[in-house]
Amino acid sequence: MADRSPATRRSLAALLVAVFAFLYIPIVTLVALSFNEGGMPTAWTGFSVKWYSALMANRDILSAAINTLIVAVISTAIAAVLGTLLALGIETRRRKGRALEALVFAPMIIPDIVLAIALLSFFSLLKVPMGLHTIILSHVVFNLAFVSAVVRARLKSFDWSVTEASADLGAPAFTTFRRVTLPLILPAVIAGALLAFTLSVDEFIIAFFTAGAGRASTTLPMQIFAMIRFGVTPEINALATLVMIVSVTALTLSQRLNKGVLAP
Amino acid sequence: MTALLSIDDVSKRFGAVTAVDRLSLDIMENEFFALLGASGSGKTTLLRMLAGFETPDAGAIHLDGADISRVPPNRRPVNLMFQSYALFPHMTVEGNIAYGLEMERLPRSEIASRVAEIMEITELAPMARRKPDQLSGGQRQRVALARALVKRPRLLLLDEPLGALDKKLRAAMQLELKRLQHEVGITFIVVTHDQEEALVMADRVAILKDGRLLQCGTPHEVYEHPANRFAADFIGVMNFIEEGGRTLAVRPERLHLFPDRADRTVEGRVTARAYHGLDLQLHVATPLSPKPLLVRLTANAADRRPVAEGDIVTLGWNEADTRHFND
Repeated sequence: MADRSPATRRSLAALLVAVFAFLYIPIVTLVALSFNEGGMPTAWTGFSVKWYSALMANRDILSAAINTLIVAVISTAIAAVLGTLLALGIETRRRKGRALEALVFAPMIIPDIVLAIALLSFFSLLKVPMGLHTIILSHVVFNLAFVSAVVRARLKSFDWSVTEASADLGAPAFTTFRRVTLPLILPAVIAGALLAFTLSVDEFIIAFFTAGAGRASTTLPMQIFAMIRFGVTPEINALATLVMIVSVTALTLSQRLNKGVLAP
Repeated sequence: MTALLSIDDVSKRFGAVTAVDRLSLDIMENEFFALLGASGSGKTTLLRMLAGFETPDAGAIHLDGADISRVPPNRRPVNLMFQSYALFPHMTVEGNIAYGLEMERLPRSEIASRVAEIMEITELAPMARRKPDQLSGGQRQRVALARALVKRPRLLLLDEPLGALDKKLRAAMQLELKRLQHEVGITFIVVTHDQEEALVMADRVAILKDGRLLQCGTPHEVYEHPANRFAADFIGVMNFIEEGGRTLAVRPERLHLFPDRADRTVEGRVTARAYHGLDLQLHVATPLSPKPLLVRLTANAADRRPVAEGDIVTLGWNEADTRHFND
């Protein structure tokens, strides 16, 4: 570090600023425009929240938002339960778990578009009528992988002797889970669930493929996609700002919790 | 007297490794019993079978006459104090201790009074509301002990109970454990690799090697009459002298510098001298063994017969103080 010339250091700093500008100027612009009274990206005419009120009055957006929440909450809840059990199962049977481990991680690595096509073919093959329920099932597929990954990371440093101590002190297996194992891994379960929730809220491709034909199962990202065909309106800016706030909040919480888990 | 616990021809294998090999032992009511062995001797596997975390492949374990070999850990009147203590990190000291009684579905008032009583005995009352990470090593050890004792088990198993403590605290806790055992009247089985700890605490000691029982007896018996060369070497310090295909063993404290009072003598040169306060230890090179003999003189004897490094001395000992092994 010390042997770098001032000129090199200056240009590296400039590069850093440029990268961050590239990353954040679009987002800052989006947020700013969502509060622009005139609604035109060309001129700032004053601060206003009228686009947010317009959003609240738009029935299509409201129903899409409700659909998104239904999908995110239900698929996260299912994934939290199954993902935790899966993580516990794999970690307590490590020797047999190698192949299982790879299979669990697959939905995180397989491209969304492939997963989307696969799920669509699967539902068509079984002639399952598509709607919100098929989006929920599809989201469970990848949410499950993320929850179990977070919980498993926690279990790697888990001192299993406490579960033996619990049994030794007279607790049947389920009581040990309820009173010892679960409270100790709960921060990781919640962190994993929050991560899954954010992924579910802004997931587009899989939802688009598995939603079926009707408007009834349109989610927020699908609604934005539909609206954007007529140009970016200030309403969309406001909506995108709200989605971002929800995602960032959930992710921050998730990371906080995970840090608490990793600390000894 | 019938045994409280009877381990009958028990074996346990893990793959190709035989951890415990046809081992039999009887342990009496109210006994303080030590299982002594190096790592890999099978002592921990045996303990885990007594606690119910492992099932014997062959043989049976009887407690109060009932076969408990296949009874799960939560249904045995046996408790284990874990080497790592395994305290519940999310519960207070009080919560940790009460847990086992809550599992017995005892009335709240009884749980409270028994928890209070055991915290008094183990001097934990002032830290009742602390979490384990706010305790010192010695305090954690006492919580682990209290948590197991409060259940009033028929048998308390302790896995290297003092292993994590520093040397001074360990010496104090050895006597403390013995006092506690006396006070609560519960049978203790301690697993340890520390022979001194076993001798100090236990009423009887079993020496394990490669999953087999080498010898079982009082500390005095195993120290003064070791059953074989391994036991002699493992417990305390022993001088070995090869003589006509046989091995003669004599403890360092049985060698002395007063040949007129000895059955046998040998001349040697002092090669090293270490003063320990309580005693004086000498290395004496003799023709009897390739390694110099270790001699421990009491402070008294050392005062009467001063020696310096390089001195030629005559060592003496009595036949009655020697053991003979045929290996």
